[in-house]
Amino acid sequence: MEDLLTLELGQFLLYLMFGSYAAGAAIGLLLAPRKNLSNARVYSTAKLGRNLSLGLSLIGSLSGVIVSLLTLGADMPLIVQIPGNPHWGKFAFELDKLSSFFVMTISLLGVAVSLYSFQYVSSMFQKRHLGVFLFLYNTFLLSMVGVSTAGNAILFLIIWEGMSLTTYFLITFEHEQAASRRAGFLYIAMTHIGTAFLLIMFLLLFSGSGSFDFDSMRSSGSTLPESIRSTIFLCALVGFGIKAGIIPLHIWLPEAHPAAPTNISALMSGVMIKMGIYGMVRVFFDFLGPGPQWWGIVLIIVAVVSAVLGVLYALMEHDLKRLLAFHSIENIGIIMLGVGGAVLFNSVGNRPLAALALVAGLYHVLNHAIFKGLLFLGAGSVIHATHTRNIEELGGLIKKLPYTSLFFLIGAASISALPPLNGFVSEWLTFQALLFGFGTPNLAVKIAIPMAAALLALTGALAAACFVKAFGITFLGLPRTLHAERAQEAPHTMLVAMGILAAGCVVFGLWPGFLLGILMPLSGSLLGTSASIPVVYSGSVLSLPFGAGTSMSTLTVAALLLVLFGIAIFAGFVLKGRLVRREAPTWACGLEAISPRLQYTAAGFSKPIRMIFSSVLRATHEIEVSEDVSPYFQPRIRFELRTESVFEQYLYRPVLNFVLRGARAIRQIQTGHIQSYLAYIFIALIILLWLTRWATS
Amino acid sequence: MIDWIPQLALLLIQIALVLLLAPLVSGFIAKTKARLQLRRGPRLTQSYSDLLKLFRKEPVISHHASWLFRGTPYIVFASTVTVALLVPTAYSVVPFHWAGDAITVIALFALGRFFLALAGLDAGSAFGGLGSSREMSIASIVEPAMMLGIFAVAVTAGSTNLSVIVSTLSTTTASMLHPSHILAFAGLFIVTIAETGRIPVDNPATHLELTMIHEAMVLEFSGRYLALIEWASQVKLLVFLAILTNVFFPIGIATDFTFLALAQGIGAFCGKILLLALAIAVLESTNAKLRLFRVPDLLMVAFTFSLLSLILYFLIGS
Repeated sequence: MEDLLTLELGQFLLYLMFGSYAAGAAIGLLLAPRKNLSNARVYSTAKLGRNLSLGLSLIGSLSGVIVSLLTLGADMPLIVQIPGNPHWGKFAFELDKLSSFFVMTISLLGVAVSLYSFQYVSSMFQKRHLGVFLFLYNTFLLSMVGVSTAGNAILFLIIWEGMSLTTYFLITFEHEQAASRRAGFLYIAMTHIGTAFLLIMFLLLFSGSGSFDFDSMRSSGSTLPESIRSTIFLCALVGFGIKAGIIPLHIWLPEAHPAAPTNISALMSGVMIKMGIYGMVRVFFDFLGPGPQWWGIVLIIVAVVSAVLGVLYALMEHDLKRLLAFHSIENIGIIMLGVGGAVLFNSVGNRPLAALALVAGLYHVLNHAIFKGLLFLGAGSVIHATHTRNIEELGGLIKKLPYTSLFFLIGAASISALPPLNGFVSEWLTFQALLFGFGTPNLAVKIAIPMAAALLALTGALAAACFVKAFGITFLGLPRTLHAERAQEAPHTMLVAMGILAAGCVVFGLWPGFLLGILMPLSGSLLGTSASIPVVYSGSVLSLPFGAGTSMSTLTVAALLLVLFGIAIFAGFVLKGRLVRREAPTWACGLEAISPRLQYTAAGFSKPIRMIFSSVLRATHEIEVSEDVSPYFQPRIRFELRTESVFEQYLYRPVLNFVLRGARAIRQIQTGHIQSYLAYIFIALIILLWLTRWATS
Repeated sequence: MIDWIPQLALLLIQIALVLLLAPLVSGFIAKTKARLQLRRGPRLTQSYSDLLKLFRKEPVISHHASWLFRGTPYIVFASTVTVALLVPTAYSVVPFHWAGDAITVIALFALGRFFLALAGLDAGSAFGGLGSSREMSIASIVEPAMMLGIFAVAVTAGSTNLSVIVSTLSTTTASMLHPSHILAFAGLFIVTIAETGRIPVDNPATHLELTMIHEAMVLEFSGRYLALIEWASQVKLLVFLAILTNVFFPIGIATDFTFLALAQGIGAFCGKILLLALAIAVLESTNAKLRLFRVPDLLMVAFTFSLLSLILYFLIGS
């Protein structure tokens, strides 16, 4: 009886979620249609449209959170069938544990971003087509929850394409800029290559199951021949990998994320790229099951390369949004390290460790959604206040934007995996999963896994360096330009949205029990019940049952930090009697006063790392000095720094050239005479007829 | 009913030992270096007097600096002392051993460093940025070597819990001479030098912009803020030495809670720490500081040692 009630409530909420997004999209388009809002009546209609549309996306996201929490607690998946269409199997939306987890992630970020957008889109009045934006915004959220709940391959591909197209229009939303158009083109080209691979993958899965339903693929995926399974694995890696932005398939990502409006960047970086992770987990664990060891090794190599190169490229960036975009590549690498570890340990039959790695990877999925969403929203506030994305033009914003900077700092500390915040918890789990991989029978794997862990440590340390740079240059010191000097704090709803996400960073860090309670049954359902319990959480302590006393408690660490913080203040008070301090200007090495130009720049800050990793980064710089009277008085110095985009140059360029050459060769047959075209058609027809005859006989 | 009295006693001993011994170790290194240079050098208790003086002085703060600058010394102190509560010193099991393992220790150091580097950028001086930039760059190549070194000892104990590692190794003394252990020690010793800002990586005594790293970062601090940072870095040095001695040579460490065992444990700990401090003083006196861009080479050596240690462990077994 109670179950029936939950079921009905779940179905209702699911309809509410889909319905709200759809209605929000429609209302946005209807009520806020015009770009020119000079007319007061039109303006107020547009405002109403904005409020209704975003209000509906907020309702959609909230019901998404609730329905996913319901289904995560339920034993059976929640299935909603679309009536009709028997041809390609049943079109249904299924919320099993994995889907629900991703719906929860999308919805959590959806709540914050929708709230943030109320004020953020105000800047679009007058300038942009607000209605189109609101339509795309809601469609985007709708397509993402659709992708993560579709229970049929055809339905999945349709929504997947819908999501790709929606994102394309969002990336090119500021289409008057050439960079946006280029980013959009790159994205649409890459994502279609990905879809092609997915199509092949689903067709191969179909060859075993005879149905496009995920249900039948689930039962037949592990019975396919080994070579087919490996092909499916590779297709999934490429197809979903492009969306996830793993290196070397990432080239669209650093272009596309900065091009989109910042609230969209938050969603793209926070959750859209996770759809690739969702797909991989679905295919690797749900459809294929344990495979050969090299699957896991390939995944781990890809993961490590993505993580390390992602963060190194991020360090070289001075565009705040591009920097964050490269960090998404890094974090996808960290997530993939968990997923890859799970695949590897699953293939050698170490289920508990596989479960631990999977839990670690998925924990990082949610964490990254939260802190990267937060960081992008923070970047949005900075851009909103200063109208520049170049951190070299900023500085001193901590005084002008106190709340934004606090929230950004929390996000920065989380992404740098500092205790006791959430990033630390998931990285700790990942480290543990890798460390206990020494039980793997293969010696090469045994040594490679600690290497992966060491490179994860490198990634973490570089990320910390990068966020010291990003936060320090943007928010600390003296304002470097007038933009930064005149900045004003973001409006309230934007701050509340960031506050929610910042609270998420703290809560998921101090209280890992909630998410582990969700993720352990999830990994158990994917890996089989023998995966048992990889992590024990009791009384704020996180411990590994097979780890001989390996444990950690973020809550205790936080308490110790607080107590010692208090003691340190108290010590200062006791030893002096009272807490006094005097203010004075910063010492300027004998100059009259400190000037913003004396400060370290972002380029200067990352120089040692650029030098140390010069063989990887291949940075080149150019200094141009214009001399006036003597070389000692230089009126102008131009400094330009470039890092070579290795992948575009050495991987994509040759492929592209090959394709272009091929196309030029084929052009020979394109004569322009209709007679020859008719001849081609005739020849093709004969060949086809012959082929069918040959195939049937 | 948990036996909370011994636990509390152990906690207090641990805090007292770490906080009080730390300045002495730094004073001892300074004194030894002075003696090696045929100078008389400061008194052994000079570090205590310095700390007390700094605590009593009125701090001067740049008015360009923000709340982050003022909060940083407390965060650095709190995170470093938290680490000190997680690393076994005189007794093999610390009361809070379940609250954080070796990975937490590394991450807590990263927390302090993160804020210190931010504070370096806060006052708007060029020195601070220089220090922050160098500190973060070096830290980023230290951390993989450190992680690998810790992994090498963690696999022998099957745990990353430092107390468990120390307890396991203190019962099997034979493993101290295991080749993989010796290599891991060498790797972590280099890491210690780099992390605590010692010659040949950094020079704690310099104020020359060409060479300073850590000192440049904390240049704007004064008064009690500087005292907390100085004290924290002394504690950090002690913690690293404690990890080195107790993980690799857990001789004489107290394993049961009796007065005699504890006294012996404290004595052994102080003795081992001073021995390592002596080694550092000799090393500092006989080596020149490396150029900044030669430091990665040194750390690659540490990384290689740790990696070889792991490979050896897997090849030979325990």
